[in-house]
Amino acid sequence: MQMLAEVDTPVENEEKAIISARDVSVFYGDKQALNKVSLEIPVNKITSLIGPSGCGKSTFLRCLNRMNDTVEGCRVEGKILLDGADIYDAKVDEVLLRARVGMVFQKPNPFPKSIYDNVAYGPRIHGLAHNKDELDDIVLTSLEKAGLLKEVRDRLNSTGTGLSGGQQQRLCIARALAVQPDIILMDEPCSALDPIATAKVEELIEELRENYTIIIVTHSMQQAARISQKTAFFHLGEIVEVGDTEQLFTSPKDERTQGYITGRFG
Amino acid sequence: MSFSPLILILLAMCAFGYWYGTKKALVLSESRTVRVFSSRPHQYGMYVVVWGAVPPVILLVLWFVLSITPFGASETFTNLIHTILFPVAILLTGVIGVYFSLRSIDPELRVRKTLEGVVSGVLILASTISVFTTIGIVFSLLFETVQFFEKVPLSEFFLGLEWSPQTALRADQVGSSGAFGAIPLFAGTMLITLIAMIVAVPLGLMSAIYMTEYAGNKFRATVKPILEILAGIPTVVYGFFAALTVGVFFRDVGSVIGLDVVSESALAAGVVMGMMIIPFISSLSDDIIMAVPQSLRDGSYGLGATRSETVVKVILPAALPGIVGAILLAVSRAIGETMIVVMAAGFAANLTANPLEAVTTVTVQIVGLLVGDQEFDSAKTLAAFALAMVLFIITLILNVIALVVVRKYREKYD
Amino acid sequence: MTDMAPTSSSAKSWDSDETRANLKRRHRSEKRFRVLGLTAIFIALTLLAILIISIAGKGATAFIQTTISLDVTFAEQKIDPKGTRDQEVLRGASYGSLVREALRAEFPEVKSRKDLRVLFNLVSNGSPNKLRKMVMENPELIGQTVRVQFAASDDIDMFTKGYIPRDVPEDDRRVKDKEIAWYDQLAEKGMVETRFNSDFFTSGDSREPEIAGIWGAIVGSFYTLFITFMISFPVGVMSAIYLEEFAPKNKFTDIVEVNINNLAAVPSIVFGLLGLALFLNVAHLPRSAPVVGGLTLALMTLPTIIIAARASIRAIPDSIRDAALGLGASRQQMVFHHVLPLSMPGIMTGTIIGLSQALGETAPLLMIGMVAFIVDIPGGVTDPATVLPVQIFLWADSPERAFVEKTSGAIIVLLGFLVFMNAVAVMLRKKFERRW
Repeated sequence: MQMLAEVDTPVENEEKAIISARDVSVFYGDKQALNKVSLEIPVNKITSLIGPSGCGKSTFLRCLNRMNDTVEGCRVEGKILLDGADIYDAKVDEVLLRARVGMVFQKPNPFPKSIYDNVAYGPRIHGLAHNKDELDDIVLTSLEKAGLLKEVRDRLNSTGTGLSGGQQQRLCIARALAVQPDIILMDEPCSALDPIATAKVEELIEELRENYTIIIVTHSMQQAARISQKTAFFHLGEIVEVGDTEQLFTSPKDERTQGYITGRFG
Repeated sequence: MSFSPLILILLAMCAFGYWYGTKKALVLSESRTVRVFSSRPHQYGMYVVVWGAVPPVILLVLWFVLSITPFGASETFTNLIHTILFPVAILLTGVIGVYFSLRSIDPELRVRKTLEGVVSGVLILASTISVFTTIGIVFSLLFETVQFFEKVPLSEFFLGLEWSPQTALRADQVGSSGAFGAIPLFAGTMLITLIAMIVAVPLGLMSAIYMTEYAGNKFRATVKPILEILAGIPTVVYGFFAALTVGVFFRDVGSVIGLDVVSESALAAGVVMGMMIIPFISSLSDDIIMAVPQSLRDGSYGLGATRSETVVKVILPAALPGIVGAILLAVSRAIGETMIVVMAAGFAANLTANPLEAVTTVTVQIVGLLVGDQEFDSAKTLAAFALAMVLFIITLILNVIALVVVRKYREKYD
Repeated sequence: MTDMAPTSSSAKSWDSDETRANLKRRHRSEKRFRVLGLTAIFIALTLLAILIISIAGKGATAFIQTTISLDVTFAEQKIDPKGTRDQEVLRGASYGSLVREALRAEFPEVKSRKDLRVLFNLVSNGSPNKLRKMVMENPELIGQTVRVQFAASDDIDMFTKGYIPRDVPEDDRRVKDKEIAWYDQLAEKGMVETRFNSDFFTSGDSREPEIAGIWGAIVGSFYTLFITFMISFPVGVMSAIYLEEFAPKNKFTDIVEVNINNLAAVPSIVFGLLGLALFLNVAHLPRSAPVVGGLTLALMTLPTIIIAARASIRAIPDSIRDAALGLGASRQQMVFHHVLPLSMPGIMTGTIIGLSQALGETAPLLMIGMVAFIVDIPGGVTDPATVLPVQIFLWADSPERAFVEKTSGAIIVLLGFLVFMNAVAVMLRKKFERRW
């Protein structure tokens, strides 16, 4: 309850925010990549971050599970609250954080291991399964949830890098699901895929919304419009406009947003 | 006529040809109103030089080769060749070359083609030298090795347990000068290489992992060059260090804890050799670990893996072929290393697996057999070439495998 | 927290004792792994430090020399009884007796033959040569009495430097009580001095450690490296140019490529055998000569230079090539006017690194007879010579205690050269480094 008291921002939408970012600035060495960004992420919704390339949307995404820690010379200022607790607090274990906040990357990056081992990797390192049966169960359910099980059931032991691009990306999603995260970050998950594979992944993302909070970075405005409920428009390291997806795309308040969504720049 | 005056005369002729050719081209170009020259005047000069110098140089090389290859001609004939035939032929071709090339200078003449042809020829020639080096190595080893195996049977060399090339054991001994069973040498080489690898692989690999996955830029920028000093220290220095400091240290430690360690122990040589190889393994593995794509690291961190879990479960398996290649290269390096073992290991061929005793290696024996006066076709001297042949073949196989593995690995992640 | 969201059900599982214990264990192993990595680096650095300290500790005193000053009477009847001042006569005179006379004059009480022999061993065996040189340079000295500074013998030198302690029993000590007494007597009179050992840098090898120097080896190394450079640099650069800029992609160039990579990893001693077979037994070039050593090392260094030069040529962007070709330059003009000058700093860096390897190389030179004991300073590339690393090897093999110090001293000098060469390479790289 005390945590809720901390969340003092007037929430524009009535939903609860699972993540709220307050004045987040990010520096790479001397270069500032984000400037005082604040954003509320509603629970069990899909939030999309859009904007021209280099606007800081991916940087912001990587702050949410502290992936930026792995980049040398990167400094994050401000607060990011997850369930009301600051994830950049010194006491927070980033390993645990990343288990709760899963991530799917731009380019499908399956490990050069078997499909089974790819999905089992997370549960194994986190000790989520107590025996082989439980692990099998987690792997199969995750593949099922990612809609991949039918395609790979008979070749779980063949290497993950042998799958098609779309399948690889769904494998990466299954791999993230296997750790049972609350939130899944997706960094342009479809940009390396063809339209048919993209459609499948989008379908999957919409299904996942029921159980997970999803934040997706995309350069495709159609994609953002199709799948997300909330959209934030980034420009030059700042959030220009944020709101309901429908409202943002039909009647943007800021002229830069309008310019971007009508294709005048970006 | 001897070598150097001949060369001086040729040089003078070429200098004249260059000057005159350039001048002639200049005069010709000025006498015409339209510049139809396909080349610049100095290129005409060079053209004359090429004609004046290349044929005599080819003859000179031929002369030199002839002078070092013995052939069964009579002495007067040989004398005739060396004092008259070659010098005259060389001068004559030079003069003819300069004269005709000077005469042929003409605006229509495309001298640049000729010049670039010559340059191309020289470049190709230069790039074949490395191939000839390999051929030279193979042949120089092969001849003596074949001779050796005419005196000592293959089976004795590769299966024999006794190595004592200096003394005849019995009168009817093959080669009648000693025993040539090389097993103790191979075993000794392997023992020392093994010790070196036990030291170098964990230290080198862990250093590389720390450097690539943990260390900050500043730490890397300071520590990496310092570590690489180890690679730049001459092997003779390591040999001295092994013999005088490490060997004595192990002997003293041994006597304190009641172990009998000889001061020329395989342990001392192996440990110091390992020390030399640490930077070799660490910088090769460093490159290889760096080549593992960042996306794999991201994937692992994104699932909440710690750094060590990422290294052990994702990066190392992905980099394994490359690291195996690096280790193979290091093994080949250790097998071929000479000075450390010459100075710190023994000459006596003991067949033992005890690292506290003295063993000898293939390279030590090659040095031992060849330093000092040699009769060239004694089995003793020939044995050195046979050993070197074995050394060459084994390191070649290791290198080829390693290079193929590493190349395959790099292609995978490019 | 439970009321936060339905998803918290899974978050709850992260809070169980089991997962907490698991997490603790994982973090412990993470820490262990990290410490392991640091330890590996620490061990490697420690080994390096031990190596350097042990060599510096042993070798520092090589640059200091103990001298004993004696009043030498250049008696005419001993050197040149006929007064001809003929060079041959001056050369042939017995200068040893002058040294002995001087010592005897200092210690008139020593009478027995045995003691005298020990007494005469206070100064270096090279002392008569020093007097000979003085007289030949300046015949005026004959008839005068002059105080001359002699190098002390190696044992006395070691004693002065404290390698032979006074407090061990006499039987275990190479310098006996009697010698120490004489030494103290001389020291009291201020006739024993230590000074910078310039002999070490100016003389050639010697059987007597106290007068052995590295100048001969340095000159030998210089000639050898000179030959190596003259062969391997042009050939290496030309090969690299051909392979990068002109060679068609075919089987032959593939073979050349693989061959160069393999050659770079062939053990150096094999190159020594190649040199022995090719240059000595077939071409009959002189044994122990820098020219043979240089040729052998050139073949060994060639792959290094080719690989470095190719990398450096490859780093020149195609836009430069296109610009030159677009202006109507031929491919050769493009290479020699633009690509080669631009890649020169990188090529030079690679060459210096290759040469510094050649400078430290020992094994192949043993094969071609550069291990001979050579006192004279070589005057050219065909004179018998030795090189610095081989000199180190030879001295390391010598039994005298004093040679340990000389060996370490020579190592320090060799490492000094290597540090210098590498520093130049690094500077070149820093100065001309260009980002395209």
